[in-house]
Amino acid sequence: MTPEQQQEIQKRQRSRAIAMALVLGALVVLFFCITIAKMSH
Amino acid sequence: MNGKAVTDAAVDAALLQADWRDFVALTKPRVMTLVVFTGLCGLLVAPGHLPLVLAFTAILCIAVGAGAAGALNQWYESDRDAKMKRTAGRPLPAGRMSRQSALHFGVGLSFFSVLLLGLATNWFAAAILATSILFYVFVYTIWLKPRTVQNIVIGGAAGAFPPLIGWVAVTGSVAPLPIALFALIFFWTPPHFWSLALFVRMDYANAGIPMLPVVAGEVATRRQILFYTAIMAVAALAPVLLSLTGVIYGVTALVATGVFAAMAMQVGLRRESDPARMGPEKRLFKYSVLYLFLLFSAVVVDHWVNLGSVQA
Repeated sequence: MTPEQQQEIQKRQRSRAIAMALVLGALVVLFFCITIAKMSH
Repeated sequence: MNGKAVTDAAVDAALLQADWRDFVALTKPRVMTLVVFTGLCGLLVAPGHLPLVLAFTAILCIAVGAGAAGALNQWYESDRDAKMKRTAGRPLPAGRMSRQSALHFGVGLSFFSVLLLGLATNWFAAAILATSILFYVFVYTIWLKPRTVQNIVIGGAAGAFPPLIGWVAVTGSVAPLPIALFALIFFWTPPHFWSLALFVRMDYANAGIPMLPVVAGEVATRRQILFYTAIMAVAALAPVLLSLTGVIYGVTALVATGVFAAMAMQVGLRRESDPARMGPEKRLFKYSVLYLFLLFSAVVVDHWVNLGSVQA
């Protein structure tokens, strides 16, 4: 594997990890809001 | 492409891992726009009240469910997509993602969207969402699309579910208006898709997909566009004729359907097989998208105006 390929793999892994973290964070907020809404509905 | 090139592409895809943008592309975001919009309209005109966060979740689930179906469609059709100019740049045929990643992503999103919709709203809405995903993947993509010219006529049902899901998420039951909206999308699908199929006919032929222009020819397709436009017009006017909507929707439907019919007439009566000269066909395809947006917007505006006058 060339250094360029290795760099590209790391770049993609980083961007996927950030995207996944954002999605999980959004889901935590969403599930919290759903729970509150269901409890008071 | 030879065997080695295919192997190299598979190895590259496995090593390089897809970018998050490729996963977004796998969900067919442009198709999702219409799905989300019609689902939202179904939700907004439904009687009853759903807290904002639950309404948002319902729309999110409809969008994610549609994305899941799109991902599974691309997973199954990656070989065919590679043969079509329109789809060759998608993540799988372009070798930017492994098929297994697409499959896991599609199945994961399917379960997630159905379970979340069931938990947040009701299980009837979740069951309809599950049906629409299964219908799109198994009935349309796997069974009908490679086998019959009627693929998009019957398969169109999958795209017609969102307003029904939006409505059921609020009410928990089905009523005549969402069924009328389902019928509108169902009968709108053939002229919408066949106008596209007319000018990308060679793409479908190269991929071996038996779309109507490929199998029955250009003239028969034009005739069928006219036939289904007539049925669609009845479906578009049905809500106002059955007093399910008011005059705002009625006038909008009448004018917009009149324009649609005039454009379909132009496409239906001309004889042109050169894709470079298919201006009217391309215009009909573009207008058909706007048409659906117009009619569904009119349903919502009509509902709000009527609600306002009743409350006043």
